[in-house]
Amino acid sequence: MFIPCNEANHVCDKTQYKESTLWEKIKLNLHLIYCKACRKYTKSNSKLTHSIKVSNVECMDKKCKEAMKKNFEKALKDQINQ
Amino acid sequence: MPNHQINPNKWIDLYSDYLFNYTVSRVSDREIAQDLVQDTFLAGLKSMKNFKGEASERTWLISILKRKIIDHYRRINSKKGKAEVRITYNDDSESEGDWLEERVADPFDKTAEDSMENEELADAIHNCLSKLPEKQAQVFKMKTIQGFETEVICNELNITASNLWVIIHRARTAMAACLKENWF
Repeated sequence: MFIPCNEANHVCDKTQYKESTLWEKIKLNLHLIYCKACRKYTKSNSKLTHSIKVSNVECMDKKCKEAMKKNFEKALKDQINQ
Repeated sequence: MPNHQINPNKWIDLYSDYLFNYTVSRVSDREIAQDLVQDTFLAGLKSMKNFKGEASERTWLISILKRKIIDHYRRINSKKGKAEVRITYNDDSESEGDWLEERVADPFDKTAEDSMENEELADAIHNCLSKLPEKQAQVFKMKTIQGFETEVICNELNITASNLWVIIHRARTAMAACLKENWF
């Protein structure tokens, strides 16, 4: 029933990706009742998730980035050899 | 005034996601955005000697990118032959005269303002990401922004699941602290 802080934080992290089970969430919430530090962490963690969601932040695919890197390194080499 | 250094070896790791995010919100096509970012890096490389160190590398690259985006729009417009703005008014007798009201700004439509703020937020997020250790940033991006499954990331980077969660935890703590300082 009672979980230590590191486990509570782990469940909280998982919850940000909707990967925690119901039972885990119950244990987390029980922990949050008496643990101020974890309450604070949970709050800032949810806020981070929300910010990333609303910002529509985008990243390049790994493959594309690698292709870009290859092209760029080639150009860099040509530049130096000139 | 600090004199900024230029070091192209790190450009792609440091700035490609930031530049990509900047571009994709302006051209709304991932492939074109990727091409423009690539062009920007190559152009930056060519004109490296013009870098005076007055601005940071990132600002300098963005200024090149802005040119590239403008050029892109010029090109697609000249392909069409011309850049046209057409306004058609409603000629129906029923709704005659409606057009003036229709073109008044809708006070409940806050999308422009919202998207502007979200863009700044995305900037702040990229800024914070660039301060993370490389591994943390990589795992965090894959998991949170690109939304890969834990298993896929573990296989790709050759780490265990518990390892991944430790990295995620550290990254999230750092990101929350960084955003708190710079955004909230």
